[in-house]
Amino acid sequence: MNPFDYARAADPAEAVRLAGARPNTKFLGGGTNLVDLMRETIETPDSLVDVTGLSRRIEVLADGGILIGAAARNTAVAADPAVRKRFPMLARAILAGASAQIRNMATVGGNIMQRTRCCYFYDDAARCNKRVPGAGCDAVGGFNRMHAILGASPACVATHPSDLCVALAALDAVVHVEGPTGGRTLRFIDFHRLPGDRPDIETALAADELITAVELPPLSAAARSTYRKVRDRSSYAFALVSVAAALDVAADGTVGTVRLALGGVAHKPWRAAKAEAALHGAPATEASFRAAAEAELMDAVGLPGNAFKIELAKRTIVATLAGLVRGERS
Amino acid sequence: MSLIRDAIDAVRRLVPEALPGALPSEAPPDPLIDARRVIGTPLSRVDGPLKVAGKARFAAEVPLDGLVYAALRYSAVARGRIAVLDTAAAEAAPGVLLVMTHRNAPRLSPPPLMMADPRGAAASSLPVMQDATIRWNGEPVALVVAATQEQAEHAASLIRIDYEAEAAALSFDAAKPHAAPPGDILGEPTTIKVGDAEAAVAGAAFRVDRIYRTPRHNHCAIEPHAVTVAWEGDSLTIHDATQMVHLTRSTMAAVFGIAEEQVRVLSPFVGGGFGNKAVWNHHVLAAAAARMVNRPVRLALSREGVFRATGGRTLTEQRVALGAKADGTLAGLIHSGVTGITSHNQCPEQFSFPARHLYAADSFLITQSAVELDMVANTFMRAPGESIGTFALESAIDELAETMGLDPVELRRRLEPERDPTSGLAFSSRHLVEAYRRGAERFGWDRRNPTPRARRDGDWLIGQGVATATYPYYRMPGGEARIRLRADGHAVVQMAAHEMGMGTATVQAQQAAERLGLPVERVTFEYGDSALPRGTLAGGSSQSASIAAAVAAAQAVLVEQLLRLAGNDSPLAGLKPAEVEARDGGLCYRDDPRRCESYASILRRAGQDELVAEAAAPPPAETQAYSMHSYGAQFCELRVNAVTGETRVTRWVGSFNTGRILNPKTAASQFRGGIIMGLGLALTEETLFDERTGRIMNPSLADYHVPVHLDVPEIDVIWNDIPDPHSPLGLHGIGEIGITGVGAAVANAVHNATGIRVRELPITLDKLL
Ligand SMILES: Cc1cc2nc3c(=O)[nH]c(=O)nc-3n(C[C@H](O)[C@H](O)[C@H](O)COP(=O)(O)OP(=O)(O)OC[C@H]3O[C@@H](n4cnc5c(N)ncnc54)[C@H](O)[C@@H]3O)c2cc1C
Ligand code: SF4
Repeated sequence: MNPFDYARAADPAEAVRLAGARPNTKFLGGGTNLVDLMRETIETPDSLVDVTGLSRRIEVLADGGILIGAAARNTAVAADPAVRKRFPMLARAILAGASAQIRNMATVGGNIMQRTRCCYFYDDAARCNKRVPGAGCDAVGGFNRMHAILGASPACVATHPSDLCVALAALDAVVHVEGPTGGRTLRFIDFHRLPGDRPDIETALAADELITAVELPPLSAAARSTYRKVRDRSSYAFALVSVAAALDVAADGTVGTVRLALGGVAHKPWRAAKAEAALHGAPATEASFRAAAEAELMDAVGLPGNAFKIELAKRTIVATLAGLVRGERS
Repeated sequence: MSLIRDAIDAVRRLVPEALPGALPSEAPPDPLIDARRVIGTPLSRVDGPLKVAGKARFAAEVPLDGLVYAALRYSAVARGRIAVLDTAAAEAAPGVLLVMTHRNAPRLSPPPLMMADPRGAAASSLPVMQDATIRWNGEPVALVVAATQEQAEHAASLIRIDYEAEAAALSFDAAKPHAAPPGDILGEPTTIKVGDAEAAVAGAAFRVDRIYRTPRHNHCAIEPHAVTVAWEGDSLTIHDATQMVHLTRSTMAAVFGIAEEQVRVLSPFVGGGFGNKAVWNHHVLAAAAARMVNRPVRLALSREGVFRATGGRTLTEQRVALGAKADGTLAGLIHSGVTGITSHNQCPEQFSFPARHLYAADSFLITQSAVELDMVANTFMRAPGESIGTFALESAIDELAETMGLDPVELRRRLEPERDPTSGLAFSSRHLVEAYRRGAERFGWDRRNPTPRARRDGDWLIGQGVATATYPYYRMPGGEARIRLRADGHAVVQMAAHEMGMGTATVQAQQAAERLGLPVERVTFEYGDSALPRGTLAGGSSQSASIAAAVAAAQAVLVEQLLRLAGNDSPLAGLKPAEVEARDGGLCYRDDPRRCESYASILRRAGQDELVAEAAAPPPAETQAYSMHSYGAQFCELRVNAVTGETRVTRWVGSFNTGRILNPKTAASQFRGGIIMGLGLALTEETLFDERTGRIMNPSLADYHVPVHLDVPEIDVIWNDIPDPHSPLGLHGIGEIGITGVGAAVANAVHNATGIRVRELPITLDKLL
């Protein structure tokens, strides 16, 4: 780990000012990702601005939505009664991630900004376009079980590893950010980028911009929602494929509101817009679910190590939606 | 392997003189074979409170005055030369005392190799940091010593190293056609041929002929390797985490060209060994650096360091071919295959061992060969060979049972041999059928539905499977024990043995207390220090038997001394050692329990505070006279998700025959721990070795998947507890058998659940979609 300076910000304005005052500064949340990367010298900031002192409030808004301060710990969000009641998929997604110890430290802002777990990204003996633009990508011809089947590029086939973010993508969350010139909001589904030829640029956030909060707009269908994570061991493993789903079935047995997002399949939390479109008004049957899953995965491209995820994703979508129809929540 | 070969040689040399006229098979059983006063009680770990309170001091925690810290840099290519080595920035970094590379490292002898050199504890015989040549990806190429660990690590990251890479042998499949049989497999013949097994299999009524593959595994002991070393003049003290203090001492003495007596190795607590806590580069590098900076040095490997600089279980491709007759007996049994090794180690991964002793057959072909790869030396890992050999063999047996429409437990009953099927020796203690019977009853095997995919609970397919566990009985030669009997009636038993969490400190105090006729509270077992009488390595599940034999020998000497000391005024006057037994804190005449005298009384009358007896264990003649193995039956119930292919093990029964159990509490932990490690082997563990570069790509506990709590079901373990009449105390070591058979029991249960036969570990969900 390289030596670095450390400062703690009392409010967003101070955080942004401190970050702007020195080049090569990073915000520090719980440190569960950033500090690991610094130990590996993958990240080498000269200074850190600790933002765990910023708002960690979880507030029910007048419209029925919820506003979550960026410094809220993952554990606190998952345990919040309003979150559990109104957006159970979010609580489940969080609890499906990492370990209790890590969730106790991890912040919402840090979770959103966490970096890929591609093993070549983590090893500076390997070639990685995300670490060193133009260097090449060792994952394509190497181990790529954990890698993307949707939206990848020849430059990078990494996935975004977060569970929490998959729920945020499904829930149309809005990200509140603060920068040197003031605040703005971004749609969560526009927040992360696909790799294209610049996999080193991962989000729409500028280097001196800070996430201050995440807003969940009201969504009644989300009360019946869930998160299904498929992984290589029962816990403490990243998703091979995960599905965040909310589903409202109308009295006539057709799909009303549906929200669907996938994890473990792309460089960003993947909102399954094609599947949602295919489902609107369709009968809430396994056949419709399968057709929707096929539509979503139509453009999927498998690598030798991860081609199985295409079928796995389809099956998991179908099973998760069917489970919601049956009233299962897990 | 020279250890086993040494043992054999030692027996051949010594037995005729040691036991004139008496074949070892005629040696009487240990008189304590049925003693159950202290042995067999579920004593809690004597070191438990220390460990729970964080007061047990491990090698990386020993405080020393003036201690400085070391960090390593590892090579990034598998083969080649260091072309550019720029250490200027590291040398200028804050706190740095030394940057050691091949340029300035002291000239050292290559470490003597374990299993090849009688002094050897080194897992690789390569010279350590002596030239610019790179032999594996991850080889330590530089070491920094600094005032703090953080400074050392930072400085190490500043060293610039460029390589001239050379073509390396990295692909197992590419190397396979060049596989060659090693000269021997740990002292056993490489090939065993009885009759014409190929023809017998080809002509058999029922046939199974399959290839099974197992991947590399890495060691993930909770305590990463660490040493804290200090020189005083030419004397070296090493606070180590090791399974072999004496061999480490001789290895380090050889490397540094000093006398063994000038090296002291202390290792009171080891946070898991599993075969990997031998001498690796970091021992040599830390000691060399400490000499250069003239300060004590600590070198604790990071988790990544454990993956790069120490080896694990190697990969295999195995063929099992079985030809059965209509009555369910075998006409032919073939078990062959290839493992990956290096040119600089002695660890052939003896996957072919189980088939040599398990089942009767008319003909056998058992053989294994190896390819040399450019990788970190593969090494011993809990039941090396047997763990993955039983995966192949016991999967094939299950396939044969299915082919024949026979219950797999019944098939194994029909294959039960009367004598060791390949050596012809009598079994010392087998009782495998009994272990099956008891395990099946406990598990409820008779309620199993043999038809695959027949049981279902929602999306979950339920399956049950079974497999045989087996591991040899070993006892290592050369162990010595000392008993210090004090006039206050307390005994200190000393032997440089190892406590790696198995319960050594507890169980050895128990067996010594039984031997001495003392309450266990009055016996202290001292171990983990090369200044103590010579210990044998804690490996091959041999340590308990090795210690028990040495303590028995020392106690025999002690009894002679006590009788001499007791003299004519004692109730024991005139008795011979064979006529007395240790009981109630003293000695008693066997034929008249009223003729007793306590140790305290004997010593006091003689005016002595202490009596010291020391002796070496006799050579392990029993292993030459008998086929000595432990056995077990592993029963597994699991669920496979029909949608996603996820496997969740829900129930486990392990039923073992391992001689006598000394402490049911610590024994249950050993069995369970082995089974849990076996679940990792079966379902999740695989070292990702990138064959393009030779780089291990998952060197962390986040990416190398050992089982987590949620992967582990309730594990029920039972044992026959039948003493082996030919081993000390009737015991067998039990550290390794638990992992054996687990891979196959899981694979067989997965087949029962899904109808899919997975012949390549680990059984990940993509193989079941
Ligand atoms: C072993 C392991 C297993 C894991 N398994 C999972 C899993 O299964 N599922 C899962 O979802 N996650 C998993 N994680 C990842 C974990 O969720 C993240 O590490 C965590 O959420 C990051 O949050 P943090 O607050 O610690 O972020 P930090 O490590 O502090 O920061 C991460 C990044 O976010 C930036 N950042 C932090 N706060 C802000 C802010 N307010 N505005 C802008 N940028 C900010 C930092 O600069 C840094 O770049 C795992 C992590 C580990 C170590
Ligand atoms: S997939 Fe992306 S992160 Fe991984 S090595 Fe390739 S470029 Fe780097």
